[in-house]
Amino acid sequence: MTKLKTQSLQKKGSDLAQSNRQLEILSNGIFKNGELPTFKDKISETSQFPLKAKKLEILQINVGYMCNQVCEHCHVDAGPDRKEIMTRETMRQCLEVIKNSGAHTLDLTGGAPEMNPDFRWFVEEAAKVGIKDFIVRSNLTIIRANKKYYDLPEFFKKHNIHVVSSMPHWTRGKTDKQRGDGVFDKSIKALQELNAVGYGMPDSNLRLDLVYNPSGAFLPGDQTSMEKDFKKALKEDFDIQFHNLFAITNLPIARFLDYLVASENYEDYMYALVEAYNPAAVANVMCTNTLSISWDGYLFDCDFNQMLELPVNSKAKHVSEFNEALLVGRNIVISQHCYGCTAGAGSSCQGVVA
Amino acid sequence: MSKTYYDPADLRKFGKITEWSEELGNKFFEYYGKVFEEGALTAREKSLIALAVSHTEQCPYCIDAYTKDGLQRGITKEEMMEALHVGAAIKSGATLVHGVQMMNKVNKLDG
Ligand code: SF4
Ligand code: SF4
Repeated sequence: MTKLKTQSLQKKGSDLAQSNRQLEILSNGIFKNGELPTFKDKISETSQFPLKAKKLEILQINVGYMCNQVCEHCHVDAGPDRKEIMTRETMRQCLEVIKNSGAHTLDLTGGAPEMNPDFRWFVEEAAKVGIKDFIVRSNLTIIRANKKYYDLPEFFKKHNIHVVSSMPHWTRGKTDKQRGDGVFDKSIKALQELNAVGYGMPDSNLRLDLVYNPSGAFLPGDQTSMEKDFKKALKEDFDIQFHNLFAITNLPIARFLDYLVASENYEDYMYALVEAYNPAAVANVMCTNTLSISWDGYLFDCDFNQMLELPVNSKAKHVSEFNEALLVGRNIVISQHCYGCTAGAGSSCQGVVA
Repeated sequence: MSKTYYDPADLRKFGKITEWSEELGNKFFEYYGKVFEEGALTAREKSLIALAVSHTEQCPYCIDAYTKDGLQRGITKEEMMEALHVGAAIKSGATLVHGVQMMNKVNKLDG
């Protein structure tokens, strides 16, 4: 039976909607009683503590937590009931940062970023800056959600947007279980429409990448073989093409943490993450070259820390105070959720890192 | 002493068998790792074989491990169940083919 959440944890008033409650779970239990080493202890074994930010390469901007979907494992706890939306004023401040920073990649995320009423304005303005790689994380179904979004593929094309979209599996059952009934069919349709305007075709410059994250309490398999399987199935079944697949590990925060705890998988999952710990991945975790900006303009080491409300360890805490020199070399704020970035080949918004 | 023979948490301790016989333990794990590498068969195919054999061997640790391994590789539950039926078919076939021995014996003793 497909059981689906229709509300965010926040709307439901769930205990785990509170970031401090999540951080408590991540610090207590098996990590407190010494059964498993804390992330700090683990990276100290190879003298990698404190983790430090290097040169800023990627600016990830979360333009709001509103989403047309309520996926089971969303680390943002996004949904139609979330009202946090970036204002044009904050977007203007972000544009200043985009202009002045040395970042080569701009990565817009959400929720569904397209639902922000100023999304198109922001994309148009940001595209003028001429950033090398301009990513929009589109959940695909938004393209089919309402007439006003039908032209998104053309809009993306016009601004040479690099589209990165989630696809949990190449079968309907597994996709709908994680993302909601009907999501698979709509996603397939959206992918076909993106292909139709040139996205994802083998020789096309219009980049279309897919993100795979596991549908349950297990780690992602090898990225290269998953990509092969996805490509084969999507091509054979639906004549769909895309460029790369990013295999992303689910981090134990927000709705995924809620699921782990409720299904009594939390401890086993943390064991699996710690057992798969790969010191080689630590050097390249995404916080070392990324800065995450929240809908209200605050700065974080990554989107996960944003959700846990762990602000950057720097004097510059808000986009209005942005200062690249101050932020380079800052100590990254860590907790046990960071094990999600260092398991196996590592995991980031761009897939494996090691 | 634990009250059951099998404890899921023991699977995590599997590696510890090397502590009491390091050389043999290490050799086993090295061999095991090699077997599951991509070869003439894909790692995916090997995972499904392992899942079927886990069931015919009725090893709860292996069943847990290879169910999870299958999920990680994107193997669907339909594929997993089909693999099990292969194991079950061989098991039941192996039982029933001995029926010939029974028949031979009956024929010899009472034919
Ligand atoms: S995972 Fe993405 S598409 Fe799903 S609810 Fe969260 S933000 Fe929306
Ligand atoms: S969760 Fe964030 S802070 Fe922790 S390792 Fe991953 S990217 Fe870095």
